[in-house]
Amino acid sequence: MAAVDGGTAVLVGFARALRAAGLDAGPDRVQTFLRALDVLGPRRRNDVYWAGRLTLCGGQDDLDRYDRVFGVYFGPRDRPPAPRARPLPPGAPPPRLAVRETDRIPRGGSGEEDRRPGAAAALASPVDVLRHRDVAALTAAEREQVRRLLAAFALRGEPRRSARLRPARRGVVDPRRTVREWLRRGGEPARLRRRARAERPRRVVLLVDVSGSMAPYADALLRFAHAAAHGGPAASRAATEVFTIGTRLTRVTAALGHRDPDTALAAVAAAVPDWRGGTRLGEMLRAFLDRWGQRGMARGAVVVVLSDGWERGDPALLAAQMRRLHRLAHRVVWANPRKARPGYAPLAAGMAAALPSVDAFVEGHSLAALEHLAAVVRGAEDA
Amino acid sequence: MSETATGSAGEAGDGGARRAAGATAVLPQGPDEVRRRLEDVGYLVDEGLATACFLALRLHRPVFCEGDAGVGKTSLAGALARMLEAPLIRLQCYEGIDASQALYDWDFPRQLLHLRAAEAAGVTDVDRLEAELYDRCFLVERPLLQALRTQPSVLLVDEVDRADDEFEAFLLELLSEYSVTVPELGTLRAETPPVVVLTSNRTREVHDALKRRCLYHWFDHPAFARELAIVRSRLPAVSARLAEQVTALVQALRSEELVKPPGVAETIDWAEALDALGATELDAELAVATLGSVLKYREDTERARSMDLSAILALRATGA
Repeated sequence: MAAVDGGTAVLVGFARALRAAGLDAGPDRVQTFLRALDVLGPRRRNDVYWAGRLTLCGGQDDLDRYDRVFGVYFGPRDRPPAPRARPLPPGAPPPRLAVRETDRIPRGGSGEEDRRPGAAAALASPVDVLRHRDVAALTAAEREQVRRLLAAFALRGEPRRSARLRPARRGVVDPRRTVREWLRRGGEPARLRRRARAERPRRVVLLVDVSGSMAPYADALLRFAHAAAHGGPAASRAATEVFTIGTRLTRVTAALGHRDPDTALAAVAAAVPDWRGGTRLGEMLRAFLDRWGQRGMARGAVVVVLSDGWERGDPALLAAQMRRLHRLAHRVVWANPRKARPGYAPLAAGMAAALPSVDAFVEGHSLAALEHLAAVVRGAEDA
Repeated sequence: MSETATGSAGEAGDGGARRAAGATAVLPQGPDEVRRRLEDVGYLVDEGLATACFLALRLHRPVFCEGDAGVGKTSLAGALARMLEAPLIRLQCYEGIDASQALYDWDFPRQLLHLRAAEAAGVTDVDRLEAELYDRCFLVERPLLQALRTQPSVLLVDEVDRADDEFEAFLLELLSEYSVTVPELGTLRAETPPVVVLTSNRTREVHDALKRRCLYHWFDHPAFARELAIVRSRLPAVSARLAEQVTALVQALRSEELVKPPGVAETIDWAEALDALGATELDAELAVATLGSVLKYREDTERARSMDLSAILALRATGA
């Protein structure tokens, strides 16, 4: 580029527009973009398009937004953009989740609370009652307590043997470490070092239904998901994935990444466009399997569906997708908040269609139920 | 020891700069030339991928390839290697891979033998013995170090999403400097950075820091004309009619709601299989009999059987 001119300003403005649209077009990326254009020489429209797309995008999700912003900024492209993965069905207008003033939790969570004299004793009995209460029927104050308690959860998939070998007391001889040890002693044979297969928790995938019929539970379940994604050692944290399902499938793992649950939930609310819409479980499940599950996310994982099973779409599709999921996943757990209602029978067409492909069908309405769910996921208990 | 090594590495760096300047002459001058030269080695690219490869060569940035299985992510690296007449060095990532498996390791048993031999010969100079032990000849080069030390070379880091976060961080460091420090030998720097292709299947989100370092390219399934051209160039012996019919059918299958839409690799497999059966033309019966080359799920096969395959074949025949 001969001069830092108006042209550069236009390009930097373009990057700013991309950032406004939600792309991670930071200064280093913009610099690469400008260098790329410099190398490409005279600026033809397609060169600008591809240079920007190659340097400023970081994932498939970015591409549609990039095309849109590019079209607005430089005028529409001559040829239509190539078709990409099946477009998701359009969602209902987004009624947003509001984070209410009264919901604020003191930072530091339950740990600090408990250190106050008498706090534990004062909490003990109401907690016991709360544990079994239906989350949908709580008062605001009780709900806040439930939230604080939820923060203590850690969801860890049951352990599986990984391909990785770790130093261990017993196991096969580790020639590398053994000989290195001998070398350190000047070639004198010393004791044998051994190694064994390491154990890692399985990946846990949570699919949280945020449709209208799940509205009373969605908040608590998402907090549960947040706690699940944050509790436990780093290895299991990285292995927890969270999606919301409704009229669209949204991956909210990144949004739940905030340490503070309220910030995380606000981020989820902003990311999820189909809050309290309808449910098309079958289609959502297919979207999940096509886009993520089959590529490996669900393979060997513990997949937990948190939903009441109210299916607006075709139950046959749901049944087929659940069979697919069941073949991919290590275990499929379905947590249904309505299961605890007296006289409940899985009569909803969706639930009935899904049940044959479910390994564990548990309740999901109260703290105790979620505790039980965590145990089931860990493989400690069978439902 | 380490001083001399660092010194020689520095000299090598200067030589590398000169050589790199000389090598620029044979580097393609623009995306169009990249496309032409890749076509010469039998890999057809569209404008976007040609631009990506061109920028990768000029900016020394890795290309980060994502897309469905079988769209040609991995074979891009092979094509680039053929185009540059450089060796292809492949690193397959897996869970638990670490630096000693990817970068370098010491050949401990040989070192031990050397030590024993020296002892038997009565060598008493401890410093010299230690220096000898960490000589280059005991260094086992793994793919990443090989790629840094081979000029020019194409490095394929396959399925990077399978590796752990720590390995990603390590890769990031290596790919931004194209140099690595072996404590016993000093810093080893690539004279000419290798051309790097990373592929990911999106089983896990790769860290932004690594992606930011790369050129991101999403692989779509090719349109009919380009896919046909790919099949023709890969299988010149297959009859034109057959290649066209197979491509048309695969494109039609792809627009169906399949569990696993077939990739270009499957199109080529199918054409090759039919050719091996001696077919020069495809009819519905033969297509159904050989569907196993393209569709790998029972549901998909059933779905294809329920489609009117002969109508698609006939349509293409009149169109062509």
